Amino acid sequence: MSAPPPVAYFDHAATTLIYPEVVDAMVAQLSRLGNASSLHGSGRAARRVTEESRETVAAVLNARPSEVVFTSGGTESDNLAVKGFYWARRSADPRRTRILSTAIEHHAVLDPLDWLASDSGAEVELLPVDSNGRLDIDALRTAVDRDPDSVALITVMWANNEVGTLQPVDEVVSVAARHGIPVHTDAVQAMGQVPLDFAASGVDALTVTGHKIGGPFGVGALLLRREVELVALLHGGGQERDVRSGTIDAPAIVGFACAAEVAVKGQPQRAPALAALRDELVDGILDVIPDAQLNGAPGAGRLPGNAHLSFPGCEGDSLLMLLDAQGIECSTGSACSAGVPQASHVLLAMGKGESLARGSLRFSLGHTTTRADVVRVVAAIGPAVQRARAAGATSAQGNRA
Amino acid sequence: MKVLAAMSGGVDSAVAAARAHQAGHDVTGIHLALSRNPKSYRSGARGCCTIEDSNDARRAADMIGIPFYVWDLSERFHQDVVEDFMSEYSEGRTPNPCVRCNEKIKFAAVLDRAVALGFDAVVTGHYAQLETGTDGMVEMHRAVDHGKDQSYVLGVLTQDQLARSMFPLGDSTKDVVRAEAAGRGLFVAQKPDSHDICFIADGDTAGWLRDRLGAGSGAIVDTSGEVLGRHEGTFGFTIGQRRGLRIGKPASDGKPRYVLDIEPVSGRVTVGSREDLAVDELVGIRPRWCGTTPATELDCTVQLRAHGDGHRAVARVIGDEVRIELIDPASGVAPGQAAVIYAGTRVVGSATIATTRRRTPV
Repeated sequence: MSAPPPVAYFDHAATTLIYPEVVDAMVAQLSRLGNASSLHGSGRAARRVTEESRETVAAVLNARPSEVVFTSGGTESDNLAVKGFYWARRSADPRRTRILSTAIEHHAVLDPLDWLASDSGAEVELLPVDSNGRLDIDALRTAVDRDPDSVALITVMWANNEVGTLQPVDEVVSVAARHGIPVHTDAVQAMGQVPLDFAASGVDALTVTGHKIGGPFGVGALLLRREVELVALLHGGGQERDVRSGTIDAPAIVGFACAAEVAVKGQPQRAPALAALRDELVDGILDVIPDAQLNGAPGAGRLPGNAHLSFPGCEGDSLLMLLDAQGIECSTGSACSAGVPQASHVLLAMGKGESLARGSLRFSLGHTTTRADVVRVVAAIGPAVQRARAAGATSAQGNRA
Repeated sequence: MKVLAAMSGGVDSAVAAARAHQAGHDVTGIHLALSRNPKSYRSGARGCCTIEDSNDARRAADMIGIPFYVWDLSERFHQDVVEDFMSEYSEGRTPNPCVRCNEKIKFAAVLDRAVALGFDAVVTGHYAQLETGTDGMVEMHRAVDHGKDQSYVLGVLTQDQLARSMFPLGDSTKDVVRAEAAGRGLFVAQKPDSHDICFIADGDTAGWLRDRLGAGSGAIVDTSGEVLGRHEGTFGFTIGQRRGLRIGKPASDGKPRYVLDIEPVSGRVTVGSREDLAVDELVGIRPRWCGTTPATELDCTVQLRAHGDGHRAVARVIGDEVRIELIDPASGVAPGQAAVIYAGTRVVGSATIATTRRRTPV
């Protein structure tokens, strides 16, 4: 058997390679004894590295250390923010039953919203986006102005995970601020890709996670303004500001902080380099497949590492399989709901038809991406699309029969 | 060869994929998502429609060491198999959805897509044997394990389809396959066999049809037209069925009664004796031949339902129909089922039973 070819990895938005210095920091911490909540010397040592990590995360995101609530990752942070704000705001004033969001949020926001609607009487309004996947801010303003006192929360992601479009979070904040409505943003994809400044953003809560920035799985944070009260999801020891319980995972937190520092400090150099490689990839693909379409906002309106393309006449699944067989790893960008791939809700919200939505691939670049990787995709995409189109034609025939 | 293994999550398709891999083929595993609303867990022995089955298939592929993907064929399956199943029943016929699935999905939609994507063949865990005949044509024969033989549900495959199919289990008994699965460390080794219709989760076909097609209640009559009782819907009945008729009044001769005929529009179900059920000629439509079309009349054996007996017969191709004269009369032949024609162990072809003629006309 010959050795498999090295992988050209274009799925950094799903997860990215952990930095070696993060592994070293975590391994060192893993062998240290101590529960950060214990009062003795070992406990104090674990607490110390936790608080140093909190300060690091706060510093790179321009938050105060006391505003960093460590969680198990993006999904927990989103759930804590969405449910915690809704419950707290509604119990302070029962008129506050509306939650305003967008049609393109991640399922870690959409599913809690659905659940609050069916189980807790929330009225969820998912506001439309334009054809680039950017929130229609006028629609948000109209929805707020209709009855500002009934709005419990606005949650709008910083950057979309599928098509990479940056959202007008500053405008969302100014709409909300007039009525004192809290704003949450899921910035999981944005951290390390674009500048993030919690204090300057004006949002009340912001979700980040470790494994998207070169850190470990299973750890993330919700940045939460000091004056904000949330209802907790996890009750127990109250370790994290009384809104999040669970024994403090010092090795994971150390790893997350280390990655945050590397990713954010390197962002000003990495982002333009990634954008250049991304543009080379998109241009190369469009050269070979002239009728492919780049989805999402152009240029500076999107994440530098995101290229999302539709290939008319192809099934994204077929393309993914053909590229995977050559060691090129990307994503169909669609949610895998109940084991069956579904057409992406993001592309549908952007007005793409179902068949185009199913014929799409997301290439996401990151800190390990090289020009050689890009060249491999450009070389492979033509034959793959040709094959996938032939396969797509067989299904279309069958459908007519 | 570069082959695509359809993996249901059961033991047979897992061993078939493992054998193809061991034989040196470049195997890719796929699980077909056929249900539009898959349940999370298996209940009972229906094997292909749950997330758990998909996960079992994935784990088997991991252990064999082959790539694995899920292909969503739920829309095609719904159109071509589920809707067909309903419309056949609504017209009083008894369809075989597995035959239909093989004809329209596994060896059509999946095979076509696989070929377009660069695969040479599709591998499944069906029990049937393929051989190359002296004329170079691919022949399909019954499996070594007659109890498990599935050549009946594959009888709709044409030469082109057979030439791109692999059935690595045809030479083995189920016991051997299970033992091999255990030997290979495939944890699905002891998973129960799947039975019944995969898309009817609780196995209650009559209830499933009633929910979708309405009750269609009507009279139960004997061959003289005398009303013996009422029923709650024709979908509970299949021609030849004996159990569950719930007729209060015993037959005058004291013998058990069987369903002879179902009229979907009036809802009338006719019952009679076992002798009344005997059929000695039938007409099949939409014939599909595994090789060349038989030119003249053919002395053959026909099988008229899955796991049914073979009946000696003479088949004649007349236009787009096949007339089959049964030398051994058959009992309880249901229109809509496939008549699969064998020459010895070899499958010649099949047709869908359209009409039957009884010795004793109803």
